[in-house]
Amino acid sequence: MTTTHDRLNRRFQQLREEDRAALVTYIAAGDPDYTTSLATLSGLAEAGADIIELGMPFTDPMADGPSIQHATRRALDGGQTMEKTLDMVRELRRQDDDTPVVLMGYYNPIYRRGVERFLDEARSAGVDGLIVVDLPPEHDDELCLPAAAAGLDFIRLATPTTDARRLPGVLANTSGFLYYVSSNGVTGGAAPTAERVATEVERIREHSEIPIAVGFGIRTPEQAATIGRFADGVVVGSALIDAQASGETPEQGTAAVHKLTRELAAALRGARG
Amino acid sequence: MTHANLQIGPDERGFFGDFGGRFVAETLMPLILDLQQEYELARQDPEFAAELAELSRDYVGRQSPLYYAARLTEHLGGAKVYLKREDLMHTGAHKINNALGQILLARRMGKTRIIAETGAGMHGVATATVAARFGLDCVIYMGSTDIHRQQPNVHRMQLLGATVRPVTAGDGTLKDAMNEALRDWVTNVEDTFYIIGTVAGPHPYPAMVRDFQSVIGKEVRQQLEDKEGRLPDSLVACIGGGSNAMGLFHPFIEDSEVELIGVEAAGEGMDTPRHAASLQGGHPGVLHGNRTFLLQDEQGQISDAHSISAGLDYPGIGPEHAWLHQVGRAEYVAATDQQALDAFSLLCRLEGIIPALESSHALAEVIRRAPTLPSDHLMVVNLSGRGDKDMATVTEHLADHLA
Repeated sequence: MTTTHDRLNRRFQQLREEDRAALVTYIAAGDPDYTTSLATLSGLAEAGADIIELGMPFTDPMADGPSIQHATRRALDGGQTMEKTLDMVRELRRQDDDTPVVLMGYYNPIYRRGVERFLDEARSAGVDGLIVVDLPPEHDDELCLPAAAAGLDFIRLATPTTDARRLPGVLANTSGFLYYVSSNGVTGGAAPTAERVATEVERIREHSEIPIAVGFGIRTPEQAATIGRFADGVVVGSALIDAQASGETPEQGTAAVHKLTRELAAALRGARG
Repeated sequence: MTHANLQIGPDERGFFGDFGGRFVAETLMPLILDLQQEYELARQDPEFAAELAELSRDYVGRQSPLYYAARLTEHLGGAKVYLKREDLMHTGAHKINNALGQILLARRMGKTRIIAETGAGMHGVATATVAARFGLDCVIYMGSTDIHRQQPNVHRMQLLGATVRPVTAGDGTLKDAMNEALRDWVTNVEDTFYIIGTVAGPHPYPAMVRDFQSVIGKEVRQQLEDKEGRLPDSLVACIGGGSNAMGLFHPFIEDSEVELIGVEAAGEGMDTPRHAASLQGGHPGVLHGNRTFLLQDEQGQISDAHSISAGLDYPGIGPEHAWLHQVGRAEYVAATDQQALDAFSLLCRLEGIIPALESSHALAEVIRRAPTLPSDHLMVVNLSGRGDKDMATVTEHLADHLA
């Protein structure tokens, strides 16, 4: 049995050997309903996702643009709960014990549930890491340090505003990988300039050997390939959410997500050639 | 007697006891730290204080009167009731005190663009006003429900040159407007200053807004000393986020003989889900950058608040109030929509003053409490705003009074 702490490290190790960036896919758990979302989740790895970010819906997603706002609203309207989100991970683990799963969201649903209870449940469900947008390093005692003690990676966001003074603090308790937010703003915004992002990634590498995934505003295989030439991972979220919403039926939405995932994965496989 | 054990927070991480903090995305952290540093410098700068004082006097109209409400006092037959007349200040509410302080900081920091959220529109109007006064671009986020029920304030903001952006997410009220303002801020960190309108948000906002609003309590202290030669026995203020209440309470926190009474909005009743009383109907949680009491379900999803007054229609409360509640220094009660409407009517007819529906919640508690108290009990209620903006709402609900 794989211990949770290993999946992310092993995945990045394997991809270094293959000399390509990880495709990190984000979907909102329960969008638009549990059954559809589980079908989407279950096919992501086969379609080429290397790491899965599963969004925990929250009523007030302050760091998200319209696509993810609407997706989390659909999920909550469809009756999604934290129990169901963890059930999705359990279901996935019955068929896939290798693909790292990272839960992403906001602190309040975790805080209300109780940090210790949440960490126990997440670890036993097969979750590997957490990304919690509204917990900067100043609040590491809330969740980051307890998560590390429980064997879960705490993946921090670094942004263009993270200057040299802050970077060591941001990196200090980060594990698994670092999520570099390529532009100031919310998810689903404008595409970043590759040159600037490359410079920033190099700057962070001077401080740490942790793998760096880049996200925010990356929608197309071409954009993914450009970023994948220098980053260790490329995160695509809003474009997949839009694909899920594009189908006339839930099944068509799921098929559209898997199709885009295949295209993104193919682009990353050729990016450094 | 003083309350020696009450540290006047927050601590360096922005906590009042368990509440407060800086729960924001990394993008905003450097900016919030800069703001904190700049605010500390400004606080110690005599020129900043002098400019704020001069504008408060000549532009806002401070100090605001402390008015002995003789007919209300006689009608209630108990405590002697004073009204702190923030309704008479420029733009019609206490909100201008904070907007003015923050825009001076924005200018000091070289920011050229101002954003704000607004519920009833009073903070939006105050912000649009000072943005016009200093020639800065201004965008106000306002929930679509609130835009509908506070039309006159929307027009005011537009006349003042601000862009009013409707927010349709959620219930289209204050919480949703604040989410959208935060999204704007995170996108435009370089040139934009976010003027938060209440004692909530990430540190240093709760302390900073409180400090700018504390002029209310400081004036009351001096005015009552002049009129009565002593401290008040009780202070009463309404609470949405809680800025007018914090401004009134704060200079008296260490005087433990002064009762502090905050009045939340009970909406259609505390036995229904349709209220906005976070302390009495909520649980601790994290939203909009701070830990405080929030209306939420067992999943930690935030509930929509309800109040007849748009300015109290918020599912949270400032973290310092959460702390004062926890340590028992202040007492928090609630008034329903109907009680607020009754208080509104009474003040109109007895004193010739049309109060804001927000302030009418505080008056409702005065009406309940004053008759039980002796005539030498000095009660000061913060009349935080005027009711001109509420004509449409009130006309709808008080049709029989107007016939």
